[in-house]
Order: sequence, then C-alpha cells, then structure tokens
Amino acid sequence: MDVFSDPTNFDVYVTGFLWILKLTAAGTVGALILGVLLAAMRVSPVPVLRGFGTTWVNTFRNTPLTLIIFFCYFGLFSTLGVKLSDDIDRNNYWLGVIGLSVYTAAFVCEAIRSGINTVPPGQAEAARAIGMSFFQTLTIIVLPQAARAVIAPLGSIFIALAKNSTIVGTIGLAESSNAMKELINANGDQVIAIFLVFAGTFAAVLIPTGYAFGWLANRMAVKR
Amino acid sequence: MRINRMTAVAGAFALVMAAAACGGDDSGSDTAASGIVGKAGSDKKLVFGVKADQPGLGLQTGSTYTGFDIEIAKIIAKGLGVPESGIEYKTTVSSNREPFIQQGQVDVVVATYTINDERKKVVNFGGPYYVAGQDLLVPVNSTITGPESLAGKKVCSVSGSTPAKRIQTEYKDAKLQQFDSYSKCVTALAGGQVDAVTTDDIILAGYAAQDQYAGKFKVVGKPFSSEPYGIGVKKEDSEGCNKINEILKAAAADGSYKAAWDNTLGKSGKPAPELDVTKLTNCS
Repeated sequence: MDVFSDPTNFDVYVTGFLWILKLTAAGTVGALILGVLLAAMRVSPVPVLRGFGTTWVNTFRNTPLTLIIFFCYFGLFSTLGVKLSDDIDRNNYWLGVIGLSVYTAAFVCEAIRSGINTVPPGQAEAARAIGMSFFQTLTIIVLPQAARAVIAPLGSIFIALAKNSTIVGTIGLAESSNAMKELINANGDQVIAIFLVFAGTFAAVLIPTGYAFGWLANRMAVKR
Repeated sequence: MRINRMTAVAGAFALVMAAAACGGDDSGSDTAASGIVGKAGSDKKLVFGVKADQPGLGLQTGSTYTGFDIEIAKIIAKGLGVPESGIEYKTTVSSNREPFIQQGQVDVVVATYTINDERKKVVNFGGPYYVAGQDLLVPVNSTITGPESLAGKKVCSVSGSTPAKRIQTEYKDAKLQQFDSYSKCVTALAGGQVDAVTTDDIILAGYAAQDQYAGKFKVVGKPFSSEPYGIGVKKEDSEGCNKINEILKAAAADGSYKAAWDNTLGKSGKPAPELDVTKLTNCS
C-alpha cells in the first residue's frame, strides 16, 4: 500500500510536528527569558554576574546540543532524579525544553548584547544624568532600543531552534524526525518521498517565518 | 537586490534539480554484473551490511565485527567463493537497509533483518536463517512475566522499530520510552528508569550475556511475535537469493551453522536452534 493513503501514517506525521511546535513554543519563551537575563548580567557593573553570564554563554554555545539533550535525560533525570512529569512523553518533553532553552539562551544573549552595542552611549549617559539607576537605564532606555535592532538575528535563532527541536528525538519524544524514521522503517520503498514531505513541511513553515521576521525588522528598525 | 533575487532563484532551481537527480538514478547501471553471484565470481569481494551495536549478533569493536550475523555472513561469503579477506563490512541501521541495498552501497544485508511483505516489495530475501520473537528483558528480580503484565510499566525500545510499534498498538497500557539505540535502553534499565526493554529475544540474550550486565538481567522467555531473519539482496537478484538458500542448506547439513551459533550466541547458554530448511523463502 502507498504510504500516503494510510490514515495512521498521517497521525504519525501530525503528532511529530505537533511536538515540534510545542517544543519550539516553550523553547522560545524559555530562551528569551533566560537570554535577556544573561544579556543584562553580561553588561551589568557586577563582576560576579558578568562572569556568570560569560561562563554560561561560552559553555553552552560550544557544547553540541545533542550532548545537552542527552545530559538532560541521563544526567538530570536518570542520575539526579529531576522528574518533571509522570507521563513519559511529558517528562521527555520538559527535559527537552530545558535543554533547548539553556542552549538557545546563549545565542539570544549574544544577539541582544550586540543590539545593546547599537544604542549610542549618549542614551545611557543621558539616562544616568537624570538620576536613573542601572536597572532603570537598561529596562526603560537601552533594551527597548536594542530589541528593535535584534529582531532579524533573533528570527534566525528561533528558526534554528525550531529545527533543533528534532534533536529531542534522541531521548525518545515522538517528534518529526522520529516519526520520519518510523515511516521509513515501515516503508523502505518510499524513502525519498517521505523525506521530501518532512523536509518540505519544515521549509513551508520556516521560509515564511524568515520573511516575517525580515519584514518586522525593517518596520521596527530605529532609523538613524 | 535584483542580483540577489536572481541567485536565490538559481540556487533553488539547482536544489530541485539535485533532488530530482537523487530520485531518478536507481534504475540504470545494474544491468550487467548485477547479482552477487556474478560479483563474487569476478571480484572475489562482497560488501555486507551488518549491525554494529548488537552484542552477540553484530557488534563492532574497533575495526572488527563479531557475532552470529557476522558468522552467517562469513558462511555466505565462503559459499560464494569469496575469501574472508574479501569481505567488507558496512554498518547499517534499521532504517537504511533497504536504501543501501537499492543503491548498491552493500551487496548483502545480514542485520537482524525481519522478512515482511513491505520489505519484500523492495528487496529479495534469502533465509530465514533464524526465527526470533519479540521478548522482554527485565531485572532478575522483576515481577514481569510476559507482555500481559506490562500495564502501567515503562518499556523501552528503539524509536520507529517494529517492536516499539507492536507495544504501541497491541499493548496500549504499557508506557513506551523510545531511544535511538538499544544500548541506551539497557543503560536506562540498569539505572531503573524503565522496567523492561523489548525487542527480539536473541538481541536481548546478547545484552544479558554481556560482561558488565552478567547476572543482572533475564530474558522473560515468552516470545509474542515471530520474526524470521532473512538475508537481503537486490530485488532483481533471484539467482543470488537462491544461491544463499543453497548455502544455508549446506551449512545446516555440515554443522557450520551450529558452529556459528555456538561461537557467538551459544555462549549465553541457549542451545543451537534447528535451521528448518523447508521454510526457506521462494526467491522471486
């Protein structure tokens, strides 16, 4: 039978991409929050915080994501006993989200830090001159301007995050790459067709996403 | 801007062409010296696709491969007149066996390869040389006695594999953890994160017999499926398939089949199975 005419195969496909969506959504939120915090640490006047931020970025930016995800299962869960849910899939999902967030936050942090560098120093100096604290200067004056400069690079990072989500399959979540493997194992005669459908789905969603971020970046840019 | 758009279009076009070329070239080139009998006769060389991560069956340590599948591969090679130095092993995983055969990257696949109707559409099977069954590997003091007692238990298998699928569809009460290799499953079993590992009984026996797990695990011993292991060759190669069946018949008669078992999986204490030559496939 043709692989495309079996409805259970369609379920496998849909489940796979639903997990990717959920991973990307939660990963984006986690990475944004962590990344902004890290960027704030890296530009803060406190040496300990700066050191922490730098260490984080250098450690996780340079560790393969596969290892991080693998550690989340066999390190955090198996050895340290961090259990996030009784359901196996949920547990693996949240472990995956932790791994993806921790990894992606390093890149988000660096993007935001480069955005901060596009804000003229006069802006921060003026803020300080009218008596604002570091925290106020950062959140009211610098970050809003920096954010508008980093929309395009953040877009790239989140597109990468969506694709990286497939790695959570190594700890057993039935996401799209696992779904693809399952279908290929059962339908060895239609490998290329199956592959093109899965790769095509990613492209169909992510290419427009890229354009959307580009458009938004143009609209929001601070014209100087 | 205009130039950018032009290059983008050209790039996309090139990609599409490349993808089309990928799909199109599987019909040519295998007309002349197609079959393994011809290749073995002229080159005295054959490429065998085998598993690399299954102790007792196909295990790679350094650059050498050992196991029951490897011994079977040696018997086939010998029967075709290929010396042991002419055998080249290539690691295959479950999902790339059919493509490897079709593309000619391997000549023969001996890799815990279950014969089924979907696979028969794309490859030709000699054998079966062994009939395995899906079983469970559990800690020695476990209360699990068979697939019926799996309700609420965590069972581990390889993602996308036939055993994993069977648990999902036929034993829905079990909780399935999937990894990309059985080694990870066995690690999780040793650490207590899962209650059982499931796949074909001889693969499990291979793990149970490994030194580092000796005495910790047991195979439940109630197989709940039938997995006839075949030897895959190209779909068109019925000559090679017939030849493989002849070689297997001869190996069963002269004792080399039993020797292959005794030197590998036999070490787990399991007696050599009888190779039922009446069940060999009809090569088409």
